[in-house]
Amino acid sequence: MLNAILLAAAVIAVISIAIGLLLGFMSEKFKVEVDPRESQIRESLAGSNCGGCGYAGCDAYAHAIVYEGAAMNLCPSSDKKKIGDVMGVCVIEGPKMTAFVKCNGNCHNTRCNYNYGDERDCRIAYSAPGHGAKKCVYGCCGLGTCASVCPYDAIRIVDGLAKIDRTKCQACGKCVSVCPNRLIEIIPDSAPYAVACSSHSKGKDVKAACDTGCIGCSMCARVCESGAITVENNLAKIDYKKCTGCGKCAEKCPCKIITMRNI
Amino acid sequence: MNFLSTLFIGIISAALVNNVVLSRFLGLCPFLGVSRKTSTALGMGTAVIAVITLSSAITYVIDHLILRDRLVYLRTIIFILIIAALVQTVEIILKKKIPSLYKALGVYLPLITTNCAVLGVAIDSAQKNYSFAETMIYSVGTAVGFLIAIVLMSGIRERIENNDIPESFKGMPIVLVTAGLMAIAFFGFKGTIA
Repeated sequence: MLNAILLAAAVIAVISIAIGLLLGFMSEKFKVEVDPRESQIRESLAGSNCGGCGYAGCDAYAHAIVYEGAAMNLCPSSDKKKIGDVMGVCVIEGPKMTAFVKCNGNCHNTRCNYNYGDERDCRIAYSAPGHGAKKCVYGCCGLGTCASVCPYDAIRIVDGLAKIDRTKCQACGKCVSVCPNRLIEIIPDSAPYAVACSSHSKGKDVKAACDTGCIGCSMCARVCESGAITVENNLAKIDYKKCTGCGKCAEKCPCKIITMRNI
Repeated sequence: MNFLSTLFIGIISAALVNNVVLSRFLGLCPFLGVSRKTSTALGMGTAVIAVITLSSAITYVIDHLILRDRLVYLRTIIFILIIAALVQTVEIILKKKIPSLYKALGVYLPLITTNCAVLGVAIDSAQKNYSFAETMIYSVGTAVGFLIAIVLMSGIRERIENNDIPESFKGMPIVLVTAGLMAIAFFGFKGTIA
């Protein structure tokens, strides 16, 4: 019995060593010269292959930086100083961006039409009547499809509403493309205020469905001194370039959907 | 003459009648994954031919020298080890010699390791007690069958691309339907060779 085990182990060990030697020999013989800069840059990138930079993965992006002159500040979690040193230039950080969920309709604020008990996937729930159980057809389904695709574990579903952890978010945009309601937007991390609603419904319908929905009253647009807020199609929108962060809109908003993010 | 006719019948049997993809349903992953363009499909088919031929030759030798008498239960693990090493070797060589094909095959190149057609051929010929010549005929025939299937599939897929397909069938569904129809077509070879 013991002999059989030892024999099996010995056979596998010998074959493995032979294979290891063969592979070592082959990789030495057929070595491909890689620009050392490429591997150095690859090391200082995030390494999660999230694709937020627009390239197929971290390897492809490192290759593009070295050979195709790609912009060097596309990866938010990379060590930009090191990339700059390797390439011999000074890399200027782009503005930090974050994903933001334009909905405030959690279980307490928003009423439901029915109990949804089907597949736990927003894209499937979206095809159910009324785009999911919530009375608001524009609202967050809360089944966490965005959280499941997030490579940085930055999204949590709290009370039936997606919440983004801004310290973890790298703005890769994976969640943006899977959300069936297009609720997630990539906005500047420094934006002082943001509108947490996406409903284009009329005020009365919004009130019936949700306690914190934009009714399109235009109060914020009137009170805004820098003209940063426009109300289009019953929904307020902030132009982050113009917004000064005075906070008057948030004060005036009767539904409290303009939420403070910074300051 | 006798040898030639055995060779011919063996290859036809393994390549067409018992086509590895379309009648035994082995190696479907690369069959569906890399059949988008004929050029990459050809590259994949050739790589699989190289790996299957080499691996069945080496596994035959190892099986007869070491495993056959006392260690039959080690077949699967040792065969997989050898196949993985061969695939790695092919990858190293491709990366140096034909970088464009290496890029086009992408993740499917290391995945030849888990292409069950490769392991299937090695284990099948060991279990059926084939002689070395029979093993080689069988493995080359099977590999050629894989090449035929994947190249045919890629040719069809290139034409499908430009057709007006119902929304719900776009992408993978129509490919799977095509694969099913091809399997039915290959079923026509059944019975031509006993």
